[in-house]
Amino acid sequence: MNIHIPTPLRTYTDKQETVSVDGATVAEGLAALTAAFPAMHQHLFTAEGKLRSFVNVYLNDDDVRYLPAKEDSPVASTDELTIIPSIAGGTPGIPCRLPGCCR
Amino acid sequence: MPLRIPQSLYSDLRAHGEETYPHECCGILLGKSDTETLTVHQLIRAGNTRTDSAHNRYHIAPQELIAAQRQARKSGLDIVGFYHSHPDHPAQWSSTDFAEAHWFGCAYVITSVDGDKTKGAAQITNSFLLTGTSEDDKAFLPQRIEFDSPASN
Ligand SMILES: [Zn+2]
Repeated sequence: MNIHIPTPLRTYTDKQETVSVDGATVAEGLAALTAAFPAMHQHLFTAEGKLRSFVNVYLNDDDVRYLPAKEDSPVASTDELTIIPSIAGGTPGIPCRLPGCCR
Repeated sequence: MPLRIPQSLYSDLRAHGEETYPHECCGILLGKSDTETLTVHQLIRAGNTRTDSAHNRYHIAPQELIAAQRQARKSGLDIVGFYHSHPDHPAQWSSTDFAEAHWFGCAYVITSVDGDKTKGAAQITNSFLLTGTSEDDKAFLPQRIEFDSPASN
């Protein structure tokens, strides 16, 4: 399978945007990736070995978190995994003056 | 490290903030980065998926990010940054912006949009470079914005 690496993590893949690895499941693919590039591990996983909350992993167009088998989902060699950190923010602490806008 | 952006794209991202006012807008910057400069070549408007409190929250759906990354790959570009607006709030990063920033080496552009809750005008635009390598040592550094003639690609 091919794994697409987001800009900030390419520091750990010798600048490669796409890394090709072997593996029968999402978890095996990620394990192969971190075996090839060990410095990547701490940026994807917590000390407990769980995917960091802000790291999204997509199997083709599906969020792995919402697949029935999650990280054990089977992957074919033609499938694409995409690692994508989340993008969010805001301006908290501003009192809402719009009716019905804020909860 | 400055952010170089064509004047036309800079005007576009500021206009986006005026269009979505009093809600936040957000979008993705595609371009190239080297050790000296982040250069913006394309801008992708994103739909703000935080409709529950869009005036003070923004969120770009991962699907949109993946599509943007695909588009970047096709054009020989990378995702080099993001932009959003601060309706009736200064063009400074908030604690939420900082806590939820994870794209190291990328630019976070913020435009303040002031108005009367029905119509707003873009005020100040600032860019912050997310430096560091992990959640433990990250920091936002103010970044100079330089204008460029339109990108040639
Ligand atoms: Zn913000």
